[in-house]
Amino acid sequence: MSEKTFRAALNEALHQEMAANPDVVVFGEDVTGGLGGDGEEDAWGGAFGVTKGLLAAYGRDRVLDTPISESAFVGAAGGAALTGLRPVVEIMFVDFIGVCLDQVMNQAAKFRYMFGGKARTPMVLRATFGAGARSASQHSQALYPIFTHIPGLKVVIPATPHDAKGLLIEAIRDDDPVIFLENKMLYDVTGEVPDQSYTVPFGEARVVREGGDATIIAFGRMVGRAEDAAKTLAKEGIDVTIVDPRTTSPLDTETILEFAEETGRVVVVDEANPRCGMAADIAALIAEEAFDALKAPILKVTPPHTPVPYAPELEDAYLPDAARIADAVRRVTQH
Amino acid sequence: MAKRATKAAAGDPKDNAEDYLRMYRQMVRIRAFEDQANQLYLSAKMPGLTHMYSGQEAVAVGICEALEVTDRITSTHRGHGHCVAKGAEFKEMFCELLGRAEGYCRGKGGSMHIADQSNGNLGANAIVGGSMGIATGSALRAKLQGAEDVTVCFFGDGATAQGLWYEVMNMAALWKLPVIYACENNGYSEYTRTAEIAAGEIRKRAEAFGIESFTVDGQDVLAVNRLARDLVGRARRGEGPFFVELETYRYHGHHVGDINRDYYRARDEEAEWKSLRDPIVNFGKWLEAEGVASAEELVAIGQAVEEDAAEAVAYALEAPYPPGEEVDMHVFAGVPHALAYIDGAKA
Repeated sequence: MSEKTFRAALNEALHQEMAANPDVVVFGEDVTGGLGGDGEEDAWGGAFGVTKGLLAAYGRDRVLDTPISESAFVGAAGGAALTGLRPVVEIMFVDFIGVCLDQVMNQAAKFRYMFGGKARTPMVLRATFGAGARSASQHSQALYPIFTHIPGLKVVIPATPHDAKGLLIEAIRDDDPVIFLENKMLYDVTGEVPDQSYTVPFGEARVVREGGDATIIAFGRMVGRAEDAAKTLAKEGIDVTIVDPRTTSPLDTETILEFAEETGRVVVVDEANPRCGMAADIAALIAEEAFDALKAPILKVTPPHTPVPYAPELEDAYLPDAARIADAVRRVTQH
Repeated sequence: MAKRATKAAAGDPKDNAEDYLRMYRQMVRIRAFEDQANQLYLSAKMPGLTHMYSGQEAVAVGICEALEVTDRITSTHRGHGHCVAKGAEFKEMFCELLGRAEGYCRGKGGSMHIADQSNGNLGANAIVGGSMGIATGSALRAKLQGAEDVTVCFFGDGATAQGLWYEVMNMAALWKLPVIYACENNGYSEYTRTAEIAAGEIRKRAEAFGIESFTVDGQDVLAVNRLARDLVGRARRGEGPFFVELETYRYHGHHVGDINRDYYRARDEEAEWKSLRDPIVNFGKWLEAEGVASAEELVAIGQAVEEDAAEAVAYALEAPYPPGEEVDMHVFAGVPHALAYIDGAKA
C-alpha cells in the first residue's frame, strides 16, 4: 500500500493486467507517443500519460498508436473482442464519441443481445470526461447518462485512486463492453492504493461517510465536492451520508434505497446535464421505490442544461460546488 | 456443413466435379432460401421485412468456398447469401427469420442480425457499412495472436459512401491486416443508382491507400472463386489487405416490400441481367458443356434443395417462439436477467 495518484493507479492497473493476460491489448491515439522521436520510445504515453511505459514493457504488438479515426479503432476493438482479444482502447476526450457512437451503440453494445447470447465482447473504452480544465464545449462533457441509457454497456466512474485501479482491473476482466470514464481533474489526486492487483466489483456503491440527517448521492469528481460540503454541514450540526455508486450500469439501487429510506432526505449531485441525467434517474428511482420514507422532495444539484462554457468565471458557475451542495442539503433538512 | 478450400483449378473440370457441384448447390440453396423468404413476407407470415440476395449468389459462394470454417466474415443487411455460403443450416435460419427460439439468435436478431459463430459468420449488420470496423478488428486479432485466419468484410456499393471504410482501409493498410474488403456492387444504393451519388471510381479509392485492388465479374462464380482463393492465400501469408469490387445485380428491390421499382430502375435492365447474366443458369450451362453434370442432374439438385427449403420453412412455422421471460436475457455475459441485475440482484 502506498500513496499514488489517480493516474498512476490506472497505469498500474494496465501494467498488471497486460502482464497477467496476453490477450489484453491497448490502442488509441498517442497511447505510445514518441513514435519516430529521438527520446525514449514511450515518451508520452498518451495525452494524459496514463499508458506510459506500456510500450517498453509489452511492445508494439500489444500497444498500438492509431490514426485519429475513432470509428475505425473503436469498431476494431469490438471486432477484436468478439473474436478473442481483450482490447482496452482510449478515446482521448469522451466528447469524441460523437464521431464513433455507432460502433458503441449499434455494434458492441448489442452483439450479445442481437445474437441471442452467443457473443462475448470483452472490451474497455477508456475516456476522459468532465469540466474544469477550461477546455470549453467539445472537451469537457460528462456523457455517462448517454452510455447508461444504452443497454449492453457497463459504465464506470471512479472517484478515488483506489477505485480507479480496482475498477479498471475489473473492467478489463469483464466479458461485456465497459465504458470507463476518468475525470481529467482527478488525475493528480492522490490516495492509498494497494500495490498488488485487486478488483472492485461493479454494481456495489461505496459509502463514503454515514450520517443520519440526509443522503448525498454523487458521482466522480462530485464525490469530493460532496465531502467538502459535508464538512461544512457537520459544523452546523448536520450529519450526512455520502453514497458513491461508482458504476451507473449496473447501478447499486439497493444501497441507494437503503440510505434514502434511512434518512428520508436525499440530494443527488451529478456533473452531467440535468435532463435525462443520472440525477433525474436516481430521483425517479427513489420516488418510485422509497416514497413513503421521504420527508422532503429529492433535490438535484447539477450544471445548468447548457454546453460547458470556456471563461473561468462561467465554467466555475457551471459546475456544482460544495456551497451549492450544502445549500441543497440545508433545504432538504429544513423541509 | 464442413467447408474446405476448393481445389477447382485449371485442368479437366471433371476432376473437380465435387467442388463445382457444391458451388452450384450452394448458389441454388441461396436462391431457394430467398424465394421462400420472399413468400413468407408476401404471405404476411414473417415479422418485419428482409433484403433479398437473389442475383448475387456467385459473390458469396465464390468467396466463401475459398474460406476455411475458421476464417471469419462480416455480413450486411442483405446477408442471407453470406450466411448460407459460410455453412449455415436452413432450419436455424428460417427459425430466426420467423422469430423462433431455435433460430441462430433465439429470435432476437431476425433477418438483419443473423450470426453463425460456429461457421465464422460474425453477423449481418443493419447499419450500412457498420461491420467494417468489426472485420478489421477481427483481422487485427488474427495478426496480433499469430492466427492464420482471414476475415472477409462484405459490403455493398452503397456502403462505400460511409467514412468508416476510409478509416479502416488506412488502418488495415498500415498494419498489413489479413482482411479482404469485398464490395458487392449491385449498382444501387437503396433506391438510388450509385452512379448518381459516387464520384470517380470506387476501386481507385482503395488503391489510394496502397491496397492492391481487383475488379471481377460477380456473376461468374469460377472467376470469383479463382480470385478469392488467390487473395485468401496471400492474406494468410501476410500480404493483405486487399480490395475486390464484384460487379453484380440485385434481382429484387432494396427490400421485399420494394415491388414497384419503375421509378428508379428500368424493367429492361432487370430483364437483361436475369436472362443473360444469371449466375446459376450460366454456371449450370458450363457444367453441362464441360460434362461435369447433366441437365437432369442439375434439375435434381434444384428439386432436392427446394424440398429441403420447404421442409425447413414448414418446421420453422411450427417451431415455438422464445418464452416472454427471455425479453431481458442475453444483455450481459453471465447475467441471466438484465433487469434483475439492475435491481441489484447478483448473477
